[in-house]
Amino acid sequence: MTEAIERPAGDAPPEWEYASAPESTDVMRLDDRYGLFIGGEFVEPKSGRWFPTISPSTEETLAEVADADAADVARAVDAARDAAPAWQGLAPSERAKHIFRIARQVQERARELAVLETMNGGKPIKESRDVDVPLAAAHFFYYAGWADKLEYAFPGRGSPKPVGVAGQIIPWNFPLLMAAWKLAPALATGNTAVLKPAETTPLTALLLAQIMQEAELPPGVVNIVTGAGETGAALVDSPVDKIAFTGSTAVGKAIRRATAGSGTRLTLELGGKAANIVFEDAPLDQAVEGVINGIFFNQGHVCCAGSRLLVQEPVFDVLLGKLKERLQTLRVGDPLDKNTDIGAINSKAQLEKIEELVTSGVDEGAEIYQPECDLPERGFWFRPTLFTGVSQSHRIAREEIFGPVLSILTFRTPDEAIEKANNTPYGLSAGIWTEKGSRILHMAQRLRAGVVWANTFNRFDPASPFGGYKESGFGREGGLHGLEPYLTFERVSS
Amino acid sequence: MSDRLEVRRTAKLYIGGAFPRSESGRSYEVTAHDGKPLAQVSHASRKDLRESVVAARGAFPAWSVSTAYLRGQILYRVAEMIEGRRAQFEAELADAGAADPARGVSASIDRWVWYAGWADKLAQVVGATNPVAGPYFNFTLPEPTGVVGIVAPGDQSLLGLVSRLAPAIVSGNTAVVIASERSPLPAISLAEVFATSDVSGGVVNILTGRTAELVPWLASHMDVNGLDVTGVPDEMLADTERAAAENVKRVHRAPDADPFGAAAQSPYEITAFTESKTVWHPVGA
Repeated sequence: MTEAIERPAGDAPPEWEYASAPESTDVMRLDDRYGLFIGGEFVEPKSGRWFPTISPSTEETLAEVADADAADVARAVDAARDAAPAWQGLAPSERAKHIFRIARQVQERARELAVLETMNGGKPIKESRDVDVPLAAAHFFYYAGWADKLEYAFPGRGSPKPVGVAGQIIPWNFPLLMAAWKLAPALATGNTAVLKPAETTPLTALLLAQIMQEAELPPGVVNIVTGAGETGAALVDSPVDKIAFTGSTAVGKAIRRATAGSGTRLTLELGGKAANIVFEDAPLDQAVEGVINGIFFNQGHVCCAGSRLLVQEPVFDVLLGKLKERLQTLRVGDPLDKNTDIGAINSKAQLEKIEELVTSGVDEGAEIYQPECDLPERGFWFRPTLFTGVSQSHRIAREEIFGPVLSILTFRTPDEAIEKANNTPYGLSAGIWTEKGSRILHMAQRLRAGVVWANTFNRFDPASPFGGYKESGFGREGGLHGLEPYLTFERVSS
Repeated sequence: MSDRLEVRRTAKLYIGGAFPRSESGRSYEVTAHDGKPLAQVSHASRKDLRESVVAARGAFPAWSVSTAYLRGQILYRVAEMIEGRRAQFEAELADAGAADPARGVSASIDRWVWYAGWADKLAQVVGATNPVAGPYFNFTLPEPTGVVGIVAPGDQSLLGLVSRLAPAIVSGNTAVVIASERSPLPAISLAEVFATSDVSGGVVNILTGRTAELVPWLASHMDVNGLDVTGVPDEMLADTERAAAENVKRVHRAPDADPFGAAAQSPYEITAFTESKTVWHPVGA
């Protein structure tokens, strides 16, 4: 219950400002330097190279991290290969308990992980605290339980066996969560792994490595090599049995080309340009929150972000008004502040990419709207942005911006909405807002996208398969379906 | 009797439900295993391939959302029609040098029936309802990938083709097939089966011609979503997969198994060209 606020009659209502509510960083004790995590130990890179990793909200260096070259990657792959027989030879129920332990330990150290994620990646603490870290733990917990139940997952397919060594390359938008998405199913199915975190956000993966050390995960089962594109390319070129990649469509295609003819198993989770479709009968206030969450969650650094809003014409004006009003109340700034809605853009390079695309939107004739708000002087920031008057040919309607920028288009009929929503080479996700259940299912059937949210957006769950159609990639992560990429099957007899 | 002149078939392409000759005007001679001339067969061009993809894309919306029961019945009827033309297929397989043509035709019919029956069962086996931690009914269903290019195996010209085509279309995909270059006649007869069955024009399109010429165009076509490379020669595989990367095609090769054995048929051959769609439906009073 809120108490009535008394104020003397006749006074003008005061300007209420949020008091800052910063999360303490005292829980974090960062080392000056982090080596590569290979064979259960942190080791110096053979490359002899290190690079600073910064906070994008302050531009301060947080630590130095090893820059793995091809020799370092080879060493990590060897460690994973060496660890494979024993890991595969463990009783599946024991393997399960190892993974359960990791899940528990992630929960135990949730606060540290959340603070570090926010420091290194720039996302609001309320998101890392309430979404990234709990979901990461949940993924380990979910897949742990599969380790000794795999023979029930794919009926009639034969005896499930691990693929071998998995090379896993993850992006900077959900550093810890993506590590969990990759590692949990790989370990549950008896594979060993070499994980490459993104160049700008290596720290939570390295903290996860410490957690796995403490949890006594056998050495070499998980190895972590930090570095940039060169490190990732070395991993793709190394003799792993499987590559799992989450990142841009351009890099995904390059990896597909690099693995062509090799027989290396591959899953790709790539870009998106999701349509978020609001019908005239939608619960509008709820839809506004969903649209805001759909595009501004994690600064829009989300492959499945609802970056194209399709609004049915009769409610366009009222919805636009509500969106602008809501935009004005979004708090942009210090990601460690528990009130912050939109944190820092992950890197200078990403900020420049967003600015370039937004400039193209203005140049191509779309109308831009940005709220008034103060931005911190240091760090990388971008105001939440709406574009109206967007046509389907505009770059801001076609290309993935990966930032807090929403392009708004309109439609009249469900068929037109389907046509526009599917008019993209991507097919990762879509949103539908309507009170009509039959329409939800009709639209869901016709939208060519791997995940369809109805009256919600950007929901994730370890039990729920995630992945794209078309150029958004192939393979699924999460759920029973997420086991398949990490298994081979021996037919018993024909 | 003996002075009657046989009416020979002109072996043409099958595109969008019609039987055109190659727009290139080219043809090539097909001979039996013993060298006996059998037919002049259309030698399809890149443009024929592109026309086929257009036809397949055009047929996709209706075929992909037709009911599973209907697709199952339509495909079952294809098996009936193959059975009705058994003698023709057996003769063609004999010409192609099959050791046991009757067995090849029987296995093809049975495989077609087997896959037809999966139409309304696949979602129950590979779909899921997912217990998410929130007020949502969350389910995952297999959906067809789209237009699938199929490079049919060079040998087993009927059973090999059936084993690649049936799993691709039963889920609702439409297909562009490059038939066995050496023994294309069973594929052409199969096209005639489709033309007289209830499979709508464009759902299956069959090209004859030079595999090495057509595969790169099929692999790089931006409106083809999946590629079955079972019939792609080993030395072309890497280039084919590279070309397929440009629009992130799903590339699949049949497992190495006895084509007559049970291991050669599997619902997981169907899922090689399906997408898992997950829907979050709200739950609330």
